[in-house]
Amino acid sequence: MSLWLVILLAGLLTFGTRLSFILLLDRIKVPDWFRRALRFVPVAVLSAIILPDLATHNTALDLSLRNPQLYAGALAVLVAWRTKNILLTIIAGMVALLVFQALLRIL
Amino acid sequence: MNESTTPTTPRHKFWRGVRDEAPILLGVAPFGLIFGALAIDAHIAVPVAQAMSSIIFAGASQLIAAQMIATGTSGLVILLVVFVVNLRHALYSASVAPHVRHVTLGWKFLLAYLLTDEAYAVTITHYNQEGDPANKHWYYLGTGLTLWTTWQVSTAIGIFIGAQLPQDWPLGFVLPLTFIALVVPALKDKSSVVTAITAALVGVMTFGFPLKTGLLVAAFIGILTGLLVEGRPK
Repeated sequence: MSLWLVILLAGLLTFGTRLSFILLLDRIKVPDWFRRALRFVPVAVLSAIILPDLATHNTALDLSLRNPQLYAGALAVLVAWRTKNILLTIIAGMVALLVFQALLRIL
Repeated sequence: MNESTTPTTPRHKFWRGVRDEAPILLGVAPFGLIFGALAIDAHIAVPVAQAMSSIIFAGASQLIAAQMIATGTSGLVILLVVFVVNLRHALYSASVAPHVRHVTLGWKFLLAYLLTDEAYAVTITHYNQEGDPANKHWYYLGTGLTLWTTWQVSTAIGIFIGAQLPQDWPLGFVLPLTFIALVVPALKDKSSVVTAITAALVGVMTFGFPLKTGLLVAAFIGILTGLLVEGRPK
């Protein structure tokens, strides 16, 4: 298979996945529990991305107390909760990461 | 389109989407840079690398595909991996579907193409906060196009500066931080808090699953737990 064909097909598959329910939900009657489940989609998917991201170092899981990303992430959660400000959360998290990295190097 | 002076005109909604997406770009641009640099590092031709960003247009799967192309993986395996890694978009599709019911088929195709993690997260947050249904699709177009442009430009810059990118900058950390900033304010009741904690913990436990399928398992278990905690509507 040529590389161009692979990329084209990969794009079509991804597009089809993205289009799937946008088209389907028009045609089928959706049960009530499904509708209620949709409310939890963003929280569930993003949370399932966030914690494994914080807990990994160079694609290996690191749940030890020496992983600075866990502390910086916890602080970012606190800032996001108190301020609801995206930019502030990012800045606080990045600064915290640099500080915790430096601290853990000394300790 | 009807252009009145009320704050829900298509133009107003579009620019609101652009504005709301802007802080997220801090998290996305480094990834575009990394992808572009990595693709060139993997000896992928410049037009192919750029085409991956515009045709596949899904960061995580592009990074994985680039690595597989570099190691000479067969086309069929690459397709399977990209498909599975991008399956979470079906959940996003179901989630935004009720909000874009009324738009034309052409709009549906356009918005589906623009349905990325970061455009979805900002758009659904806005939809859940504001009841006003007028010209919602323009808001989504604003977030989607902003993200699309950033992804294409940052890929191009990554291709251009290639391996000169410093390896030890923790730029990749910005993305989980932006997701934290989006999720935490949405945790307004017990069931969503339980959903978040469950999905996060299962996500760590299933981290070793092949093709990032752990993410799907974690999301499903999180959603199920949320439904159970919420209980039947009275």
